[in-house]
Amino acid sequence: MAVKKEKYPMPEQDPKKRIKNFDEVPYGYDEQTAIEEAKRCLQCKNKPCINGCPVEIDIPDFIKHIAEGDFDKAIDVLKSKTSLPAVCGRVCPYENQCEGECTLLKIGDPVGIGRLERFLADYERKKGVKIPKIAKSTGKKVAVVGAGPAGLTCAGDLAKMGHKVTIYEALHEPGGVLMYGIPEFRLPKEIVKAEVDYISKLGVDINYDVVVGKTISVDDLIKDVDAIFIGTGAGLPRWLRIPGENLDGVYSANEFLTRVNMMKAYLFPDYDTPVKIGKVVATFGAGNVAMDCARTALRLGAEKSYIIYRRSDKEMPARAEEIHHANEEGVIFKLLTNPTRFIGDDKGILKEVECIKMELGEPDDSGRRRPVPVKGSEFKIKIDTALVAIGQSPNPLIPQSVKDLKIGKWGNIETDEDGRTNIPYIFAGGDIATGAATVILAMGAGKKAARAIDEYLKLKK
Amino acid sequence: MVVKAPLVAKKAQAGQFIILRIDEQGERIPLTIADYNGKKGTVTIIFMEVGKTTKQLGTLNVGDKILNFVGPLGVPSEIEKYGTVVCIGGGVGIAPLYPVIRALKQAGNNVISILGARNEKLLMLEKEIEEYSDEFHICTDDGSKGTKGFVSNVLQNLIDDGKKIDVVWAIGPVIMMKVVADLTRKYDIKTIVSLNPIMVDGTGMCGGCRVSVGNETKFACVDGPEFDGHLVDFDNLMLRNRRFICEEDEACKCAGVEI
Ligand SMILES: Cc1cc2nc3c(=O)[nH]c(=O)nc-3n(C[C@H](O)[C@H](O)[C@H](O)COP(=O)(O)OP(=O)(O)OC[C@H]3O[C@@H](n4cnc5c(N)ncnc54)[C@H](O)[C@@H]3O)c2cc1C
Ligand code: FES
Repeated sequence: MAVKKEKYPMPEQDPKKRIKNFDEVPYGYDEQTAIEEAKRCLQCKNKPCINGCPVEIDIPDFIKHIAEGDFDKAIDVLKSKTSLPAVCGRVCPYENQCEGECTLLKIGDPVGIGRLERFLADYERKKGVKIPKIAKSTGKKVAVVGAGPAGLTCAGDLAKMGHKVTIYEALHEPGGVLMYGIPEFRLPKEIVKAEVDYISKLGVDINYDVVVGKTISVDDLIKDVDAIFIGTGAGLPRWLRIPGENLDGVYSANEFLTRVNMMKAYLFPDYDTPVKIGKVVATFGAGNVAMDCARTALRLGAEKSYIIYRRSDKEMPARAEEIHHANEEGVIFKLLTNPTRFIGDDKGILKEVECIKMELGEPDDSGRRRPVPVKGSEFKIKIDTALVAIGQSPNPLIPQSVKDLKIGKWGNIETDEDGRTNIPYIFAGGDIATGAATVILAMGAGKKAARAIDEYLKLKK
Repeated sequence: MVVKAPLVAKKAQAGQFIILRIDEQGERIPLTIADYNGKKGTVTIIFMEVGKTTKQLGTLNVGDKILNFVGPLGVPSEIEKYGTVVCIGGGVGIAPLYPVIRALKQAGNNVISILGARNEKLLMLEKEIEEYSDEFHICTDDGSKGTKGFVSNVLQNLIDDGKKIDVVWAIGPVIMMKVVADLTRKYDIKTIVSLNPIMVDGTGMCGGCRVSVGNETKFACVDGPEFDGHLVDFDNLMLRNRRFICEEDEACKCAGVEI
């Protein structure tokens, strides 16, 4: 029987309806569709998809179990490598990872690996998550700083190994970017909470409202524990550095998304935190963060939502699905366009942005063609709100507060492959080590560091 | 208001602030630390009831809980022996100035304090501050206590009297800090101000608190809140602090609180 060339589609909310609510966009596969999609897998001997997975999930194996209808076995395979499948099944850039290596690409769509992962995680959550066996207590204590994907994963794995883990989180909620950055319609907060619950059930304590480096120092922490993992992420927003950036109406993507997601400004005035966006919103940048901003703006009632990006569509770093959804929802893409200044009225309120057209020149260090301005092509767009989503740098609080900790040239904490820093009892991973990257890489880093910490604790008698 | 927060109290220093959220629906707001006691594990905050959150805070009773209380945030004041320091507090700015005055006095400075407010009722901590001051002035806009006039008038008089002033510390409404900084600039007296922009996280993550200092963008929550008053763009700060004025009104109306 010939293999079906296309992925089984995932039912989705109608774009016209969904831009009026914050509910999740795709609904996920039902059992029958999941089994059919799993049957598309060729079960290649050499398993190329695994090479594309940063945490080396045995993809053909779990897909085989789905095809056989044995979802529980499939989950066991998945969970042996990832602790956040419901999250990764929604936000991983599959097309550059597992699905990008799929043999089926030669004839059509790759296997919907991401969709299958999501299906399994949702199936398991509905059924009630099994708590795995926890090793006998080792009597060792570890402090984890930051409750993002890196910290949560590291904490969960260490707890399973029998160590006592306490997480310290600066904000009042866990999840890091999963909570304050990625919007509800893409990653429902219930799902993040369920994943955090699971980690808590493994015996991990989470202390909120503790800014390590301020409320308590790393030196204080180490007096009570045997090792420390730092997963404080890449929280520092980057700016365009053009005139007018401090006008009323210009937000960093982080401020905008935090107000909306974590502080629930979309429910204002039932919730106290406000956000105001006016009628026309322009988002600068074209990564996942930018797509999240532009699509959130529509849901808050913007009549026009622009993505303004200095390169062309081929260089846009966002996941294919995000760009597709943004297009469907009516986001207007102004590509090869770069802002040059923000213009306000006499009260300092943002009114316009001046942009210049760009063209692609020679390749730069990143291998992408460098955008160069076209002389004399300046033009203005009337806007009420500007959202700057051109990237984040590692959060400087901890790197600055720990003496002698080796820091890289972007302010990141330097580590080896397994998260070891130059200080034996300090480990780090996720965005704080790599700069802004992905959930799966942060999770992978947390896992590797947990193993390295376990080794260190065994040696340290 | 005295809040039990042992971890915060243990680390708190003059010049720092906290962020609190009263309940699940609440907004995160920053308040400067007015006093702290590491042994008792308490932190004192003093606030003016100007918006929804501070009004609600005012309704709490002894024993009530605040859902989230995080700190101490920001860089502590740079306390050293400067010589003669004039400390100027306006309105609620008097509260956070108190620990600074105490620390400056304890560091061996000659401290001249000037407290100002619209009227007598809005003055606070007069006794406590006087105790740590070598010279003590009060003024009110309406003359209900002390001399009638602004803190800047008192400062001008000190300068005119030929007092040698090494540093000025000014905490209060933005307009007061601006006027003081403009005055001291003329005489080239180093001036430190404490800024109070709108904040969200307080960890340097959102940039909502950004201020322009010497034409550089700084985050008040991690780089400040104290800055060199001669470099601060106060006009931009005033403008950014007005960002959600209409929304604040709406929040108050919905909650049935008067402003
Ligand atoms: C809007 C947005 C959309 C994204 N979309 C995707 C996507 O679709 N797919 C994808 O793979 N990736 C996406 N990413 C990237 C991904 O979310 C990050 O790479 C990942 O979350 C990094 O995990 P982390 O654990 O290293 O850090 P974070 O998630 O940043 O977590 C760090 C945690 O540490 C806390 N912290 C910081 N400093 C301190 C301190 N001093 N003391 C205590 N706690 C502290 C923070 O409050 C935070 O909770 C997106 C990012 C954003 C912002
Ligand atoms: S309050 Fe968010 S960066 Fe300062």
